[in-house]
Amino acid sequence: MIYDVVILGGGPAGLAAAVEAKKESAENVLILERDRELGGILNQCIHNGFGLHTFNEELTGPEYAEHYINQVIELGIPYFLDTMVLDMVDQGDLKVIHVINEKEGYMAIQTKAVILTMGCRERPSGAIGIPGYRPSGVFTAGTVQRFVNMEGYMPGKEVVILGSGDIGLIMARRMTLEGAHVQAVCELMPYSNGLVRNIVQCLDDYDIPLKLSHTITFIHGKDRLEGVTVAKVDDHLKVIPGTEEFIPCDTLLLSVGLIPENEITRNAGVEMDSRTNGSVVGELRQTSMPGVFACGNVVHVHDLVDFVSEEAVLAGKGAAKYLKGQLDTNITFTTLNGDGISYVVPQKVSLKNVEEKVTFYMRVRQVFKDKVVNAYIGETLIATKKEKKLLPAEMVNFKIAKNILAQYPAGEIRFVIEEAKK
Amino acid sequence: MYDIAIIGAGIAGSYIARELSRYKLNVVLLDGENDVGNQITMANSAIVHAGFDAPSYKLKGKFNAVGNIMYEKVCADLDVPFKRCGSLVVAHDEYELATVHELYKNGLINGVPGLKILFKEEVHAMEPNLNETVCGALYAPTAGVVSPFELCVNVAENAVDNGVTLKLNHLVSDIKKIDDHFSITTNAGTIEAKFVINAAGVYADDIYEMVGEPYFQLLARKGNYFIFDKEVGNLVNNVIFPCPSKKGKGILVAPTVHGNILIGPDAEPVEKGDTSTTADRLDYIKQNALKNCPSLPFNKIIRSYAGFRNTPVADTFTTTDGDFIIEESPVKGFINVAGYESPGLTSIPAVAHYVVEEIIKPMIPDIKENMDYNPKIRPRIRFDELNEEEKIAIIKENPKYGKVICRCETITEGEIMDVIHRSVGARTVKSVKKRCRAGTGRCQGGFCSPRVIEILARELNCPLDEVMYDQQDSTYILSGKTKSAKSEVKS
Repeated sequence: MIYDVVILGGGPAGLAAAVEAKKESAENVLILERDRELGGILNQCIHNGFGLHTFNEELTGPEYAEHYINQVIELGIPYFLDTMVLDMVDQGDLKVIHVINEKEGYMAIQTKAVILTMGCRERPSGAIGIPGYRPSGVFTAGTVQRFVNMEGYMPGKEVVILGSGDIGLIMARRMTLEGAHVQAVCELMPYSNGLVRNIVQCLDDYDIPLKLSHTITFIHGKDRLEGVTVAKVDDHLKVIPGTEEFIPCDTLLLSVGLIPENEITRNAGVEMDSRTNGSVVGELRQTSMPGVFACGNVVHVHDLVDFVSEEAVLAGKGAAKYLKGQLDTNITFTTLNGDGISYVVPQKVSLKNVEEKVTFYMRVRQVFKDKVVNAYIGETLIATKKEKKLLPAEMVNFKIAKNILAQYPAGEIRFVIEEAKK
Repeated sequence: MYDIAIIGAGIAGSYIARELSRYKLNVVLLDGENDVGNQITMANSAIVHAGFDAPSYKLKGKFNAVGNIMYEKVCADLDVPFKRCGSLVVAHDEYELATVHELYKNGLINGVPGLKILFKEEVHAMEPNLNETVCGALYAPTAGVVSPFELCVNVAENAVDNGVTLKLNHLVSDIKKIDDHFSITTNAGTIEAKFVINAAGVYADDIYEMVGEPYFQLLARKGNYFIFDKEVGNLVNNVIFPCPSKKGKGILVAPTVHGNILIGPDAEPVEKGDTSTTADRLDYIKQNALKNCPSLPFNKIIRSYAGFRNTPVADTFTTTDGDFIIEESPVKGFINVAGYESPGLTSIPAVAHYVVEEIIKPMIPDIKENMDYNPKIRPRIRFDELNEEEKIAIIKENPKYGKVICRCETITEGEIMDVIHRSVGARTVKSVKKRCRAGTGRCQGGFCSPRVIEILARELNCPLDEVMYDQQDSTYILSGKTKSAKSEVKS
């Protein structure tokens, strides 16, 4: 059997992409999931706050996933669980996905189109190389979230959190509710890397101090963690001598960033973007490899799942268009991150594929107040988005209508942060 | 009563135990830790040196090149990853070139095969990512890289399969010589043996002092390391050494046998057991590695750690001079294998042979060969290295090989269950990692550690929170159940 679309990952991106592709008349759709159930990382996110944009209500992670899982079931989309993709081989019109699981064994699945939705993983402690010992008791926040919410086990009682990413903030509250004492959240940067609402609801409401411009300079304890040395850093992120403070703790959670999981993508030879650590994508999330699409955190790390779903709809539509032979491959615009912007997705736009508008997702490099994001083609300002406050933790989405873009010849769209005109 | 007790199940003790198992002897291998190879063997440069460094009059010079040649066979017999990748000692100026020539001459004396002095162009053709200032090098094709912990585990397993008794969690606190035997007190009971081999790593001097007058002293010299992601694993093909100085071999850049890049180590005297990394030292190795390999991508680091060497302190010496101490001590029947630092790993096949044939055998006149001795162990399935047909077949045979637990290294549940149930089985998360690499990849166990804990608990039939990360009792991972999990149990 040759599938129309195979989706690599049954998390929020994969589920929404599968549903959309099926609705857009792709017949044989298959979801491959490595975990024991559909829903991806949402299954361990038992807090609420999901789906405000999509469903106008605050859902928990599993509830948000359920909306899509129900649709997958209603549409009769098959899926394999506990199934690992080993690699993807491009054979032109056909892609071969090599997978294994316990039941079916080794399979080489043939498909016309592929949607990559493998999500992201946490940056581990090894990557940041904190000096000191390597005892038990140092975890990434997401690993602990799984232990606590899915396995029903606590990792310890006295907790310090390094990094103010959203999972770290959520876990500060969760650990507190489970009876642990969270001493502090330390953040290297002078601003938080989490959503403002999470700072308020997870730290402020529980009197957990957020130590900005602080880092951990030493991990103590040969066997089990016994404490950490915390110090203040200057504007160049260098430790200020004399500010070191020992905090006794048995648990250190790290929430120091997320990295798109693109081993399969890289091995297959898909063009990558070093700014996002994801693949280079177009407006319908087509990659450099014809028939291969990507969406969600595997393309760039999102802060809200609603935008993951939004992007997945684009990829589902794109795959369906590709199957019908209607996907235009002429690139009209490329995008560039100018001053103050760290990346822009999509990196390419084929205007013929656009229905009404293109939403450009981007992140700013630092905190900006009362600035505007301007989009230029050449020297011409084509669109502006005003923001009271721009935070690196909060993704900017910048919509530009098709009829505006259609006024300009092919070229580069450059996004920059500038002073608001008075 | 045992014939021989070996104290320390690192690479030296374990390998000597295996070598002794060729004979009909009652041998016990003791270690205070809950796994073999858990200290110096666990954290080192993992290099099989060619043998051109040490002078031929030293034991280091005598055993290095010989041990090196023995690696092919032992790694084949014991299913241990080993790669003869070659090494380069690179020179940046004429003074360093002179050192390269001296090493070359010394290598010839030590019988190192294939040594060659390379011109600048040859070096850069071989290693395009080296600093342009490199103007020549000593090339040693026989140098290699190995997985030291897998070697140690498999050597110990083979020793046990051939009749050696392994006693872990037996920390030696006292030794008494009673007439014709030794009584060894441990935290888990007393062991009696006719002969003792002291291979206690950095603690070998403390162990010896339990029974004899001190005649050597060991210093822990710590070294920091960085490991890079496999994505950049082809940055160098050979082990790259700077020109050696009085302090040692210097900061090397090396491929690992599993496809990563490793850099390190520095050398700093520390208290025994100190394996903490420090910011200034990590920076020092970084700066020094960059001198030879300027394109090292420090955003691709996946792990930093420190290990230590057991260096003999030269000035308290009466018998040796910065060399291995491998001899029967003044206490009759008590053999020291101490000061066993680099090139200890490389030399061990030759050293173990020497200890057994030249020291032990003359002491036991009626020694008999063990006719059942089998030098091989059952090879491990390495799923990721199988071809398609083999993968299909192995999952059919055992579906657990169809379930990937460690995503980064593609390690299956079948492989993890295998290493738990072998004769020197894994009992902790770290011991699983050592044996089959689950958790050694770029996510460093973020995804797989909950699964590995679950498998360990299931296979060892214990609750999740009794699974340890490393040391017995003191390295718990989970402190207990959550409130909701507790109330579920009650209701």
